[in-house]
Amino acid sequence: MKVTMTVNGKSMSAETEGRTLLSSFLREGLGLTGTHVGCDTTQCGACTVHVDGEPVKSCTVLAQDVAGKSVTTIEGMANKDGSLSVLQQAFQTHHGLQCGFCTPGMVMASAALLNENPHPTEEEVRHYLKGNICRCTGYHNIVKAVLAASGADSQKLAAE
Amino acid sequence: MPKDGGIGESTLRREDIRFLTGKGRYTADISLRGQAHACFLRSEVAHGRINGIDTSAAEEMPGVLCVLTGADFTEVGGNPTGWLVQSRDGATMKEPKRPVLAHGKVRHVGDAYAMVVAETYEQAKDACEAIVADITELPALVDLAAAAADTANRVHEEFDNNVVFDWGWIEENRAAVDAAFASAPHVTTLELVNNRLSPNAMEPRASIGDFDSGTGDYKLYTTSQNPHLTRLLISAFVMGIPENKLTVIAPDVGGGFGSKIYHYGEEAAVLAASKKINRPVKWVCDRSEAFLSDAHGRDHVTKIELATDKEGNFLAVRTETLANMGAYLSNFATCTPTFLHGTLMAGPYKTPHVYVNVKAVITNTVPVDAYRGAGRPEATYSLERVIDKAADELGIDPWEIRRKNFIDPGAFPYTTPVGLVYDTGNYHATMDKLREMSDVAGFEARAEESRKRGKLRGFGLSTWIEACGIAPSNLVGVLGCRVGLYDAATIRVNATGNISVLVGAHSHGQGHETVFAQLIAEKLGVDAKSVEIVHGDTSKIPFGMGTYGSRSLAVCGSAMMKAADKIIDKGKKIAAHMLEAAEGDIEFNDGSFSVAGTDRQKSFAEIAFSAYVPHNYPLETLEPGLEETAFYDPANFTYPAGAYGCEVEVDPETGGVDIVRFTCADDFGNVINPMIVAGQVHGGVAQGIGQALLEGVVYNEDGQLLTGSYMDYAMPRADDLPNIDVDHSCVTPCTHNPLGAKGCGEAGAIGTPPAVVNAVIDALHRAGHSHITHIDMPLTPSRVWSAING
Repeated sequence: MKVTMTVNGKSMSAETEGRTLLSSFLREGLGLTGTHVGCDTTQCGACTVHVDGEPVKSCTVLAQDVAGKSVTTIEGMANKDGSLSVLQQAFQTHHGLQCGFCTPGMVMASAALLNENPHPTEEEVRHYLKGNICRCTGYHNIVKAVLAASGADSQKLAAE
Repeated sequence: MPKDGGIGESTLRREDIRFLTGKGRYTADISLRGQAHACFLRSEVAHGRINGIDTSAAEEMPGVLCVLTGADFTEVGGNPTGWLVQSRDGATMKEPKRPVLAHGKVRHVGDAYAMVVAETYEQAKDACEAIVADITELPALVDLAAAAADTANRVHEEFDNNVVFDWGWIEENRAAVDAAFASAPHVTTLELVNNRLSPNAMEPRASIGDFDSGTGDYKLYTTSQNPHLTRLLISAFVMGIPENKLTVIAPDVGGGFGSKIYHYGEEAAVLAASKKINRPVKWVCDRSEAFLSDAHGRDHVTKIELATDKEGNFLAVRTETLANMGAYLSNFATCTPTFLHGTLMAGPYKTPHVYVNVKAVITNTVPVDAYRGAGRPEATYSLERVIDKAADELGIDPWEIRRKNFIDPGAFPYTTPVGLVYDTGNYHATMDKLREMSDVAGFEARAEESRKRGKLRGFGLSTWIEACGIAPSNLVGVLGCRVGLYDAATIRVNATGNISVLVGAHSHGQGHETVFAQLIAEKLGVDAKSVEIVHGDTSKIPFGMGTYGSRSLAVCGSAMMKAADKIIDKGKKIAAHMLEAAEGDIEFNDGSFSVAGTDRQKSFAEIAFSAYVPHNYPLETLEPGLEETAFYDPANFTYPAGAYGCEVEVDPETGGVDIVRFTCADDFGNVINPMIVAGQVHGGVAQGIGQALLEGVVYNEDGQLLTGSYMDYAMPRADDLPNIDVDHSCVTPCTHNPLGAKGCGEAGAIGTPPAVVNAVIDALHRAGHSHITHIDMPLTPSRVWSAING
């Protein structure tokens, strides 16, 4: 069947099977490989995208159930001129990524948090990011990056 | 003068831009024209005899292109271990064959015995379910001691038992160690388990085989920390493909922590299948499959004894370890419990006598191999736990017992009784720094505040040392290593003056593209932005040994420095010609070549351009071009060291442990990019806390893996961890590499587990539970609660 959805502001379609997951639809159907798949039990969050503005783990949603909806992926997060958004820039500035594999999901989850709660506490950031696993950073710098993007003084966190 | 982006600056990582915008290119992101998809059929039993495999129904399934089984690989070789260890009696270890696909027998749950290639992954997966295998289940060997003792039931029947070696280090020390124990005023004994872990890089393994029938060339895209090693193993041991006909490309790699150093059968299988169907064949591992097939780490059962005098001076250390190897010997499985573990058992201490015994046991479990720290976490954990127990028994403060036994700062170079020569170090300095950072004076007030909330606060200390940049080749060769342990770099200065640096190391998150560019910028006096790092493609880079064991900077970075020296030497020749001066009069400073004592000079860019546009060159004495390669084989390991402090709160009602404060004082030698170094420590500490509190691979007695997904294998999440306070100001530069660098990637995973466990035991002791001398990792709430409640 042909499934059509709005992805990063553009209408996009691809042929899929009924069992095709949104993550596969984005990666293989549309060639948007920024959305990563790190597990098969919806635990790691690497595949997080926004559907109609809400964070969704795209490995647990059927592509056909998202037909007609609006999806934002990591490829749609930079500023219009291609420069990094405030949140993306905060991840670079505070070394909030190492291997980069969990990063798209981390950015999408963090963006969803800041949409819901523009000025979270450190505890709220840690709690919100529970659904995303990073194996490289120990989360220290991810938390710092999200707080910095929210405008908080992330230097209050332990040095480095 | 540091250039823009030179040494010592926390330059932001250039690779981040693509990772943050979804433009990273990991193996699974690559789609080749016409590619087919592979799925592996894996054993559901831990141990079984394969009587027959019927693939006929699968071959008729929609989209299926070919089905391969172990029988298709009997004419090729197997995946070898990279290190042959000798037993105490001089016998060479047993080396079981590890075929591409299991043949005759399956030896662990997840052992792949068939492969289906189809038009889509889903079709391949469907067809796997149509394969009918007749497998007679055999008793599973899971328990280490039972497997070691069993000679009737054997994982590999060609051997007479399941112990592949019984290693003693150093055997000549044994009598003196025994004598020291016999006369020692005090002996502390501890039995402990170093729990089996799953590395769990977030990017699952993936491979694409691409055979070109026009040229006979093979290309393998794969998730590798070490592409040349993979090529070497496939060429020389497994498939017999000439090295010059096989290119291995590891693009962006999403973490490895050791698990992607090794060659795996799936890599050979996709190459074979690609040749058979004359199309590219892609395989992407899912997480459940990764738990069953990625090399695990650790898994030791150890008895350690520490002999002291009444004042707590160490007299001797003696250990006996059973090391679980899993069902086959993975590439570096044998050197991990031996040369990376036994040689570190002196720690940072001047213990005069040390003897280490390790028996390596084959079981019906996933093969283990080096995981972040590899052998050094196991050594450090045993030693730092028994020291705390000894301090408790002798009534000596844990800081004090360590301090009095440290090797003195003036004693370097220092030869340990287990065969290492530490070149530099200052263990007192890192511990003093840690003490300052830990606010020891404020502890009692914090503990009192915890008590008011019904919580038990404890402080745990560990000091650690590791041997990084494993080397030199001539020594490791004598000890049984089958490869050289150098690295290589080519510096290609392009005609317009920008620079490509082709390196043998391969980043899987360490930021090489940024840090290596900083090195070259500093050394050649150019802007880091003009330097590009090329890695991960055997068709482009010089033969290198990849990234593991915190070797990239100390070994590959040193190769880069050597190559840069050659570039400068060649540049001086070119400058001498251009400036009509004697070569000996040319100086190189700050990116320009000048005639000593004059203002006549040529910039780096002018020299580069001239090298490629060699008009009026004296061609009989000066070659055109500006490109140099260097191989660097280190004279010794490097020895980073440090001291870690952990403060915990234990909830006596639930047994839950909260890490409330974690502090690290490390000596990594000279630091190139402090921001990246701190990030490496954070990550290592998180994995160390994971091992101490959460993680553990669990098999039942039938060899079924009970922790086979993220639903049941716990790893640290953002709210399991505190902020981590890191210092690396205590610097004793390495004396034998040109950077003075030691390595930082594994430190956190080494120093952390004993600090955490020591902290929990301390909390329990302070609350009056002084009979609890040890709890095995992971210190889950149920284990801690059970210890408290007897």
